[in-house]
Amino acid sequence: MGAQQIIGAAVTLLGTAFLFLGALGIVRMPDLYNRMQAGTKATTLGNLLTLLGLGILQPAWLVKLALIALFVLVTNPISSHALARAAYRSGVPLADVTVRDEYPEALQEHGEA
Amino acid sequence: MVDLLLDLALSLAAGAALLAVYRLLMGPGAASRAVAMDVLSLIIMPMMAGYALYSGRMIYLDVALVYGILSFLGVTSLARYADKGV
Amino acid sequence: MARLIPILIAIGPLWLLWIAFTGSTDPQELGVGLVAAILVAIVAGGEPFSTATFRIFHPRRFLYALAYVPYLAWAIVRSNLDVARRVLSPSLPINPGIVRVRTRLTSPVGRTVLANSITLTPGTLTVDICDDELCIHWVDVQSENIDEATREIVSGFEKYLEVIFG
Repeated sequence: MGAQQIIGAAVTLLGTAFLFLGALGIVRMPDLYNRMQAGTKATTLGNLLTLLGLGILQPAWLVKLALIALFVLVTNPISSHALARAAYRSGVPLADVTVRDEYPEALQEHGEA
Repeated sequence: MVDLLLDLALSLAAGAALLAVYRLLMGPGAASRAVAMDVLSLIIMPMMAGYALYSGRMIYLDVALVYGILSFLGVTSLARYADKGV
Repeated sequence: MARLIPILIAIGPLWLLWIAFTGSTDPQELGVGLVAAILVAIVAGGEPFSTATFRIFHPRRFLYALAYVPYLAWAIVRSNLDVARRVLSPSLPINPGIVRVRTRLTSPVGRTVLANSITLTPGTLTVDICDDELCIHWVDVQSENIDEATREIVSGFEKYLEVIFG
């Protein structure tokens, strides 16, 4: 008990707040790409902070929690990138509010269309 | 104080999971559901780590890690399938 | 032989990772870990473990790599707050679009790290890499000009990555 426990719990709470914001993002955002922006990345920070908070509460587990955090940090951009690319190529539309889409030109110029 | 903060954290995480489930059920389309699934697993991983702390058993951290690996593989292979076919 | 070297280099870090995960020095665990590391290295050991990547241990590159970690962390926190503000405001102020940016990085590993860093900072999401151009989904498009977009999104990261992987 003491300051360390309170700080750990507070950091955990902050992390879950970001998890909640990320989930709120995927409900509120208008299209898949924007959902991914809010969803998969606010949750990355949420995940890291929650794990850090748990590590402060239980310092003996810090190494293992750090490994989980590293795993999230490495794999998360890869899966969201793969998903975004696959979604675009299989024709998931952009939202109406989208101001610009230069991807088709880029594909054409580099001969991959 | 600590218990109160952790209770609040748990309710926020549970609320986040509910929101992700809403998107998972409502779609629209397979790709949106895949995103929701990805987010849901990112929410469940720290919850599992929290449960490990609550129960005092370190083995649940390994469970969380394996869960994360499986979900990553699932989402990536789904993306690959949508991109090029199997 | 040239294809064998990356595989041999990959075994070390993979084995270390195994030991970190199991957290035990039991000879049986170490043995199984070594076998697993060799198998994974044969399947996956390639470009990232080529000797070129290991120039990162040059002191100057290493210092820049160390400085890159807090820079990236700060970028993640700052842009997370930005996305949080957008999600929470009732009017949902977004202005999304896909823009192209250019990168000066040439090594495949460097480009991968750049793309992942861009994806990790919310607000920008790498959709695809075509040669020296990245297609990026941007929540709040501030410029449709390729050079300005490059300055806005890529330059900060590139300053470090150019030294690390250059």
